[in-house]
Amino acid sequence: MSTHVLGPAEAIPEGEGRAFVVGGEQVAVFRLRGGALRAVQAQCPHRGGPLADGLVDAEVVVCPLHGYAYELADGCARSGAGALLVYDVEADPAGQLVVRLPGRRVEEVGGAAQARLEDAFAEPVA
Amino acid sequence: MTMTLTAPEPTRPDTRSRLVVIGNGMAGARAVEEVLARGGGDLFAVEVFGEEPYGNYNRILLSEVLAGNAATEEIYLNPVEWYAEHGVTFHCGVRVVRVDRFAKLVYGNDGSIVRYDKLVIATGSRSFFPPLEGMWQDLKTLTPGVFGFRGLDDTAEMMRHAPDHDVAVVIGGGLLGLEAARGLQNYGMTTHVVHAAPTLMNQQLDAQAGRILQRSVEKLGITVHCNVRTTAVLGEEKVTGVRFGDGSALDCDMVVMTAGIRPNVELARRAGLTVERAIVVDDQLRSVDDDDVYVVGECAQHRGQVYGLVAPLWEQAGVLADHLTGVNPRASYHGSRVATKLKVAGVDVAAMGLKEPEHEDDEFVQFSEPRRGVYKTVIVRGGKLVGATLLGDVSKVAFLTQAFDRGLPLPEERIKLLFDIGGPSPEVGAAELADDAQVCNCNGVTKGQLVACVRGGEHTVSGVMNATRAGKGCGSCKSLVKDVCEWAAGGAVEQDPSERWYVPGVPLEKAELMAAIRERELKSVSAVFAALAPEGKEDAGSKMALASLLRTMWNDEYVDERDARFVNDRVHANIQRDGTFSVVPQMKGGVTTPEQLRTIADVADKYAVPLVKVTGGQRIDLLGVRKEDLPKVWADLGMPSGYAYGKSFRTVKTCVGSDFCRFGVGDSTALGIAIEDRYKGLDSPAKMKLAVAGCPRNCSEALVKDVGAVAVEGGRWEVYVGGAAGAHVRKGDLLATVDTPEEVVTLTGRFMQYYRENADWLERTYSFVPRVGIEHLRAVIVDDSEGIAADLDRRMQESVDAYKDPWLEAGQPATPGQFRTSLPLVELPQVPVRPAP
Ligand code: SRM
Ligand SMILES: Cc1cc2nc3c(=O)[nH]c(=O)nc-3n(C[C@H](O)[C@H](O)[C@H](O)COP(=O)(O)OP(=O)(O)OC[C@H]3O[C@@H](n4cnc5c(N)ncnc54)[C@H](O)[C@@H]3O)c2cc1C
Ligand code: SF4
Ligand code: FES
Repeated sequence: MSTHVLGPAEAIPEGEGRAFVVGGEQVAVFRLRGGALRAVQAQCPHRGGPLADGLVDAEVVVCPLHGYAYELADGCARSGAGALLVYDVEADPAGQLVVRLPGRRVEEVGGAAQARLEDAFAEPVA
Repeated sequence: MTMTLTAPEPTRPDTRSRLVVIGNGMAGARAVEEVLARGGGDLFAVEVFGEEPYGNYNRILLSEVLAGNAATEEIYLNPVEWYAEHGVTFHCGVRVVRVDRFAKLVYGNDGSIVRYDKLVIATGSRSFFPPLEGMWQDLKTLTPGVFGFRGLDDTAEMMRHAPDHDVAVVIGGGLLGLEAARGLQNYGMTTHVVHAAPTLMNQQLDAQAGRILQRSVEKLGITVHCNVRTTAVLGEEKVTGVRFGDGSALDCDMVVMTAGIRPNVELARRAGLTVERAIVVDDQLRSVDDDDVYVVGECAQHRGQVYGLVAPLWEQAGVLADHLTGVNPRASYHGSRVATKLKVAGVDVAAMGLKEPEHEDDEFVQFSEPRRGVYKTVIVRGGKLVGATLLGDVSKVAFLTQAFDRGLPLPEERIKLLFDIGGPSPEVGAAELADDAQVCNCNGVTKGQLVACVRGGEHTVSGVMNATRAGKGCGSCKSLVKDVCEWAAGGAVEQDPSERWYVPGVPLEKAELMAAIRERELKSVSAVFAALAPEGKEDAGSKMALASLLRTMWNDEYVDERDARFVNDRVHANIQRDGTFSVVPQMKGGVTTPEQLRTIADVADKYAVPLVKVTGGQRIDLLGVRKEDLPKVWADLGMPSGYAYGKSFRTVKTCVGSDFCRFGVGDSTALGIAIEDRYKGLDSPAKMKLAVAGCPRNCSEALVKDVGAVAVEGGRWEVYVGGAAGAHVRKGDLLATVDTPEEVVTLTGRFMQYYRENADWLERTYSFVPRVGIEHLRAVIVDDSEGIAADLDRRMQESVDAYKDPWLEAGQPATPGQFRTSLPLVELPQVPVRPAP
């Protein structure tokens, strides 16, 4: 497990995502309305769409290319695509974004319903 | 993957008997539900094993998933969490490999061992792969490109394979094969159905019906080969073709086997249960060898019958539960009458019971009109309906199914079974049904249950359908469900409101939504969610539509939240397949200048733009621009945005018109420029594309535009609305003929404002205009029948006044990192690069 500091959380506008290279991996970090942080792989498993450009709400990110939706908490697809890698992300007391590698993937089996079973994913602290 | 969900530990030792169910398909899950519904949760600790690692889903909707009509998650009947919520232990993704009937133990492939008192076997069937040469790579692996069609995984794999392959051969022309073939067409594949019997669907249809069906299927573009045996799958590494009995071959890169199913009975056989075609059961659905072992669904053989449809297994599950829980120890199953329906859009087929008369005195009524693809028969024996086939016209299916299931009295003139000639109206039909008549044969819902649901306070048809699941299978009973609901409600039932909501996340129709927004002065998308969405929950899928609507309503006062915008609107360009963007500068009416062209050329060179292209909208497109270069490109162009990315006013195409053209009777170029200049960039529920033509020859294609103006002799202009020539082709309707270009500009604006305020999200004018009707539009917009013309004009003017060129953001980004790349490591562009000149 390695820890990476990506700069101030404020650099991501509320409700949007930005992509980062973290230890050689591409990570899309989202700052949700209300302040919660989420991090998933930056490329859509469908056809490589840029997920950081997607629309988000408290639960999902919608890929801008073909509209596949993924659960931000565990990476599961709501539309039958493969699951995303998810990363632990939080803001440290100084307001810096901290992302931890490696990411984890829910087995690519059961879509959203299945994924909610896995409570292995701790709620990221914002 | 294996996951085990365990119900919470009871505080006292569990004295309940242990009920173990093998198979989490439609029959197994239904049996569990029926047992729980009879208070079985108090009698039994229930454990379910399911090999497929999913909750319980509606297998029959896989055809709809393949055809792209339903998303995978929509077909779940009970998601995984349902089990825990109902106190059921679910061994998800675990295959039972052995049953020891003497020790009463069940062994899972994950090492689990579970004791049972009562066992239910519901292992269903699997696709049958006839022994064809070349089908298997090794004992367990199909040759890549060969698929079965049985489960979610099969379907998902087909959906992954189909898009980049060209020709599919479906082997087996029954229900499943035809549904598969039709589904695969949606991926652009050329599809063939190869069927060994002389006619399609020969299990259900007589030869004449089969031939008519073949013609209807071929009209859909599916090639049918009947009377053809497949002998081999060709290709070493992957499928390259199939060979037929006569030695001929057909090239293909996908093969789907739908030549039958085989019950999963090995487990039972090894446990010493009697197995013939399937596991043999008595009238209580118990194995004939063991009173503690029940069997339901496609793996059960009852009185010599094995069923391959869901309706019988609902009945079986009910009897099993009655018996097992002791609610009705005398419950017994006497077999089912089966009706089938083909779920292929554009080809209606329903069949039930006998396909041909069998006895000498069977009455046989037949109607055939092959040219229209219509064929209907009924077979009556002893005054009761024992068989019916409906092809091409299934309007009588509801009544016939009821008559068939219930043995209803039949009209004396048998022809009335085939046609509505003064027959009972649907309401009478609904009223006449017995309470326990099954309306939905897929989900086993009776009239009585529907009526109870309506009386229990459910006021919409879709509400009743959600609560009871009626109509949620093949869908063929929907009209009868509606009739019954209407009858039970004593009149009209309400329409499902959610169908009319403007956005999925806010439960309001457009007019109500706009009223609420105005009344509460909600000026940002987050404010709308906070005030109007259930629990104030934001919804990604609603944001773009709300942002557009709010901007239309509030203009300058709109509080712009960038996260509510789709990426195109965040960076004012159209995103492309590799995450680069296209830049289309404004070029009013398609008119440009040498200076503009020179600037565009310089910019293209400077930023190594991979493709410069003249668009169908008469402009120039710079494709493959990197996100981070966008502001610089705009600054260097020094031209306003052409809005080629938004749900907004787009272009006005023009022709050269009277200034140059020898036929021109009106200055189309000037008028087009004037219209574009005035309305550029306006937000709208969907794109608005316009055109102006200088004479009825229509070189700018004004008749097929959202708004089109055509100059006609005498200095007059015709204004057309609701035209289209994209995904949908429609000639516009003539809204008015006016005397001056100014009037064209005004009417165009008034129509667009009315459309902006009244159309559904993403509803193009080609749908909107026919929906509201051109007469209505003419009355409101031209004749001002509602007295709102001046208001429409005023609100349009406000929007026009609020216009601001978004490309001015080049100088000062609206958000931090607005133009930062979102694919930081990818080598861009990945779109093809224009070779150096
Ligand atoms: C660039 C252009 C093709 C070209 O090279 O000529 C184009 C490109 C796209 N069109 Fe188009 N359309 C273009 C003219 C048209 C036209 C012709 C016209 O505008 O006169 C039509 C038929 C008219 C119409 O709109 O109905 C047209 C009907 C569509 C449709 C079908 C809309 C419909 O409901 O019928 C879509 C899909 C959609 O809107 O959902 C679409 C969608 C698209 C998108 C935006 C797909 C997307 O969402 O990424 C394409 C963007 C490609 C890119 O990477 O930038 N495009 N498209 C044309 C740009 C015109 C312009 O200058 O603005
Ligand atoms: C694409 C398609 C379309 C269809 N359309 C229609 C239609 O329109 N109308 C209609 O009436 N019918 C239709 N059918 C048929 C219908 O789906 C079946 O009749 C029905 O699903 C049978 O239910 P079942 O529970 O017996 O078997 P299944 O639904 O197949 O369930 C059996 C389950 O048991 C599991 N299992 C098997 N062995 C084990 C084991 N050893 N351990 C643990 N689990 C095991 C299997 O993985 C499976 O999940 C369709 C079928 C398909 C495939
Ligand atoms: S027709 Fe339009 S949407 Fe389709 S590929 Fe061409 S540009 Fe893209
Ligand atoms: S690339 Fe993301 S949905 Fe297609």
